[in-house]
Amino acid sequence: MRDWQTLSFNALFGLISLICIIVLAGPTLVILILSFTGEEALHFPPASYSFRWYLALLDANELQAALWISLKVAAISVTVCVVLGVAAALAIVRSTGSIARVLETVFMSPLILPALAFGFAALMLFSMLGMRPSILTLAIGHIIVCAPFVLRTTLASLMQLDPALIDASRSLGASGLHTFRTVTLPLISRGVASGAFIAFMASFDNVPVSLFLQDARTQVLPIYLWDIIQNQLDSRAASACGVIIIATVLLMVLMERVAGFSRFMK
Amino acid sequence: MAGAASSPSRDWALAVPLAVLFALFFIAPLGLLVSISFQTERQMTGALGLGQYAAFLTDDLNLAVLRDTLLVGVKATILCLLFGYPLAWLCTRVSARWQAALIFLIVLPIVTSVVVRTFAWIVILGRRGILNEAILALGLSAQPLRLLFSETGVVIVLAQVQMPLMVLPLITAIQRIDPNLESASQALGAGAWRTFFKVTLPLSLPGIIAGTILTYTACVTAFVTQSLIGGSRLLYMPMMIFQQAMDLQNWPFAAAVSVIFMASVLLIVALLIALSRSRAARPYG
Repeated sequence: MRDWQTLSFNALFGLISLICIIVLAGPTLVILILSFTGEEALHFPPASYSFRWYLALLDANELQAALWISLKVAAISVTVCVVLGVAAALAIVRSTGSIARVLETVFMSPLILPALAFGFAALMLFSMLGMRPSILTLAIGHIIVCAPFVLRTTLASLMQLDPALIDASRSLGASGLHTFRTVTLPLISRGVASGAFIAFMASFDNVPVSLFLQDARTQVLPIYLWDIIQNQLDSRAASACGVIIIATVLLMVLMERVAGFSRFMK
Repeated sequence: MAGAASSPSRDWALAVPLAVLFALFFIAPLGLLVSISFQTERQMTGALGLGQYAAFLTDDLNLAVLRDTLLVGVKATILCLLFGYPLAWLCTRVSARWQAALIFLIVLPIVTSVVVRTFAWIVILGRRGILNEAILALGLSAQPLRLLFSETGVVIVLAQVQMPLMVLPLITAIQRIDPNLESASQALGAGAWRTFFKVTLPLSLPGIIAGTILTYTACVTAFVTQSLIGGSRLLYMPMMIFQQAMDLQNWPFAAAVSVIFMASVLLIVALLIALSRSRAARPYG
């Protein structure tokens, strides 16, 4: 009776887990395989394989322009998020007051609030301030929605930091800045790097905020792809997705080695 | 000492830059959004009132969009929980090496672009897609099924795209449960199923609530997935806000729709948090 229970429980949970793993990984694999198709139409499985759609990316000027805009916006946003986010995390973790809790809640709330409503609100503010859509407006919008990621991972690694180490450094005469550079920063660097990576990917992938803060000259890559997928289903969309998948996996393996970042996702 | 007294105030200064940025570009826009939602005229003449809210709430079609959006999120979240829980459980039962590999696999989809993942589903669910060809080949249906541009399709894809947000908090919660409790339950004669429902599941409730909040809010606001999989026939709140704001340039109405949408989502999150607090107060209830 008991063995039958254990057996049925393990079998059902194992089976569902297996389905989940297949469903989680499957779609990405399908696109990766499809991106090497040698045919005109996107049909799975491809009748023949080639690099033709990857080569076609080399003269896809609009797509390349969108990629550069996305990379620029992500680089600016992540830099600002890391500098301001780490500073804010230091302040929040050292303070026990209620203001610190309020600030933490406000800084984290872009994760829960509908991003599209925020994008629209930001558009109205910028238009009242007379700011036209540009890389700057995109970057500001992205900083707000990406800051929570840096803050969360930095806070998580600061919590694990032994305060005695800071006290020891200070009592031995090191200045606050020196202590931060030589003690705190090296110990939290994995959390900061993980947060920066997650924020970078979140910015690179953002559609709902960018929709409102871009214009024809500053179209970002995910919106460009979204457009062609919705309208003409160009086969170059598959090879562009293939490049994104390969780059993402490589970056993820690198970040896992350097910073063990998947620990910070839990 | 002067040094000791001044250090807390210096610590505070570190949060100021981000706080100023959030005040200017997060709080201020949201305040502006709320104030514009009270403009009764589309041209924003300055006449204030609740006209835009009345226009939304008295139109059955608009209310149907709100209901569909909130419901599609509920369905996708339940699907995530039913399928994600066993996966999270498995992650806590395997060796550290396997766990790292599984977590890597679970995290990969969140980091991969949502446009890429949704695109894959179009290839899978389309009329001549992988799933339909399999269904036809197996003789399960005489004609291809309409999977793309249907609510079923939207729910399935949302569940897949947002699954990691459910699984990761669940792993943390299940890992925190003292393994002795499960051993005790088994030693006292409870089978695997009874132990699961009486011990593991109730004790992992904080993870279920955390995962549900993250998954639900992500599902209802998932503009890319909703619009690509739902197509133009299925309208959800994010698309409605976008159309009103950008295509029709009706900012006051779009603002009111945004406020109603945000309020609905926050209300559901608040209810979930209240639920978790009331359950936490009596863990053996």
